Amino acid sequence: MPHAPFIIASFAVTGVFMTWLIVSSYLSMRRAEASADALREQS
Amino acid sequence: MHRFANPARFLRIAKPLTPALFWLGLLLTLIACIWGLFFTPTERLMGDTVKILFVHVPSAWLGMGGWTGIAIASIVQLVWRHPLAGVAARAIAVPGATFAAICLITGSIWGRPTWGTWWVWDGRLTSMLVLFFLYLGYIALSNASSEKGDTSRVAAVFGVIGAVNIPIINRSVVWWESQHQKASITLGGSSIDTAYLVPLFIAVVGFSLLFGALVLMRMRTALAEMRIEARMRRMAQG
Repeated sequence: MPHAPFIIASFAVTGVFMTWLIVSSYLSMRRAEASADALREQS
Repeated sequence: MHRFANPARFLRIAKPLTPALFWLGLLLTLIACIWGLFFTPTERLMGDTVKILFVHVPSAWLGMGGWTGIAIASIVQLVWRHPLAGVAARAIAVPGATFAAICLITGSIWGRPTWGTWWVWDGRLTSMLVLFFLYLGYIALSNASSEKGDTSRVAAVFGVIGAVNIPIINRSVVWWESQHQKASITLGGSSIDTAYLVPLFIAVVGFSLLFGALVLMRMRTALAEMRIEARMRRMAQG
């Protein structure tokens, strides 16, 4: 049984999940902090 | 500890710490993955599938470490009413669940060529699956209400009780006859060859730093949302 597809699949799953987690966490943080700052300047 | 209970003081530390943890974690993770994939020898019994070790083990470590973090933060929240502890516990939940899922999926992929099956209901795999479901329960509980007061206390109690699964996962390969191999790294030493151990150690450190950066990002998001909510309430009142 060739091992390469299993290794590639494992690293790909890890990469996709981690990329999603990092990008979504970063964008949420940027959006929330920008909104909080805008609201503070407004009032 | 209460010195760090002040969100403003926490943010002063978290803002420069987040990119530092992220970039160092990313660098170490990439080094470990490239080293593990291309510069480690083929293992005698498992062949090249041993390379899955470099993503499976750090994910397992963070899945279990994440819940340990939730349990500690929950105790601090319940006992000392530390205002940031609940925020920290909630910030850990999604990254912890994601790494537990990565551990289960990569373990299943690894199982097919080495054990001949994608899944077996043995102690280690089942207790890890239970941990993943505990994470889902914790996330559902902490998201159950926008009014965080009582609900987050319920989530904190759940976080402490769920910690009973962590030693079960750890000891499962000793307590039950298991398809999963026994622990290769213990407090007494390691049975893993240094050719694998060094990149594995770098991967664990790299993944952990990324996990730390993710938790800080999610804590900063939660604090910003709390600031928005408080300001909106003040504006509505006055």
